Amino acid sequence: MTKQTVSENEFSQLIKEVHSIGGEIVAPNAEDVDVKARFPKEGIEALKSLKLMSAYVPAELGGMGLSLKQVSKVCEVLGGYCGSTAMVYAMHKIQVACLVHHCLEVDYFKDYVQTLVNEQRLIASATTEIGKGGDLLSSFCAVEVENGDFTLEKKAPVISYADYADDLLLTARRSPDAAKSDQVGVLVSKSQYQVEPISDWDTLGFRGTCSSGYVVTAKASQEQITPVPFTEVLSQTMHPFSHIVWGSLWTGIAASAVAKARLFTKNAMRKNPNMPPISSIRLAEVETQLHTMRNNVLAAIDDYQSLLDKNDSDSFTNFGFTIRTNNLKINSSKLLIDIVGQAMMICGIASYRNNHDLSLTRHIRDAYGASLMVNNDRIIMHNSSLVVMHKE
Amino acid sequence: MAIEKVRDILSTHGRLTTPVDSLEDDSDLYQAGLTSLATVGLMLALEDEFDIEFPDSALSRKTFGSIEAIADTVDDLLE
Repeated sequence: MTKQTVSENEFSQLIKEVHSIGGEIVAPNAEDVDVKARFPKEGIEALKSLKLMSAYVPAELGGMGLSLKQVSKVCEVLGGYCGSTAMVYAMHKIQVACLVHHCLEVDYFKDYVQTLVNEQRLIASATTEIGKGGDLLSSFCAVEVENGDFTLEKKAPVISYADYADDLLLTARRSPDAAKSDQVGVLVSKSQYQVEPISDWDTLGFRGTCSSGYVVTAKASQEQITPVPFTEVLSQTMHPFSHIVWGSLWTGIAASAVAKARLFTKNAMRKNPNMPPISSIRLAEVETQLHTMRNNVLAAIDDYQSLLDKNDSDSFTNFGFTIRTNNLKINSSKLLIDIVGQAMMICGIASYRNNHDLSLTRHIRDAYGASLMVNNDRIIMHNSSLVVMHKE
Repeated sequence: MAIEKVRDILSTHGRLTTPVDSLEDDSDLYQAGLTSLATVGLMLALEDEFDIEFPDSALSRKTFGSIEAIADTVDDLLE
């Protein structure tokens, strides 16, 4: 599976460029994106200009060939400038990873990935379905194949950035008479599907992800159906990859809050050099939490990468790995709220203002979304079964 | 062969939506309604019945994916 082909030096240079578009393009638009709940088009266009939409595509197919760890770092850096931009990018990367890990043996998908490289396309996904309560492993909707083509209609409660994507990856039952858990993925391009909005996206945070609900109708060629069952894609890629890239971008949001807290504390110490303000103690404490948050992600990257390197498909469904991956999500999302909250205590009322350099209002609103997107309670319920069986 | 006992235990503890009698040995138990919570009860009952302990390496979704897969694991552990 995907191995790192970009040297540390080349990657450092890339990260500098990401910081530069972050500071010059992503951050200056972050407030407008948030206030208007609009798609962060400037940021995504800038990422396309760096060819980052194909960052995880192997170099032999024309992509950048970044490793999982490097992709995660890009997500973290972006998270520091705008949570919504980073989330759109991370979600796109999850879909790319699903194609790269599972579909490249099929000509259609191999050709598609090269188109993705050339055109820097943006992929959205529709994995949840109305009436399924967030259960990714079952579908009502089904693909209906006839004469080499399939049709599909899906009612999705959320599809992030559906109106701005070039392609859409959907899950559905393999056929109208298949069991609800007998799912496949299908990749359809913009000209092959229509979306009819059924709900809007006016939320507390992550407003720029534009995750409205839609009815999707698609018609495309049978070869656009993923060659492996969706359960495999989910356990081997979508589940671990999602929690890692999300954990990374949340770390970026947390680090940016801590950076504001540090700035405030420095200024306070300048004014009163003789007495360390309480904020410096709080800063030391919140730094330990950020340290934990970042290290949790790095440990999960090592864990997952070692399974990828081993290339043993069964090892991904090991209960211990599932529990650890779920723990990463739960811990990261809880730490994000704690860290941003602590940073607000340090910065005081300035952080509570919307129009201040030390404002953390968007950070705290985004932070609460992390626990709710793939609800932590559902993850804990799932873990509560697995932990009883688990052996250390 | 553990397969008949596995079928008995599965009918008591599996909480499947499809009757165990109508399942083939290689039918997908998750498609037959096996949940992660039911898997706990199933595993505990298997451990009690066969006086075995599932090691970490056997604790995966695949192990409980079919009657055959469960029986194979049990047979391996009994050896």
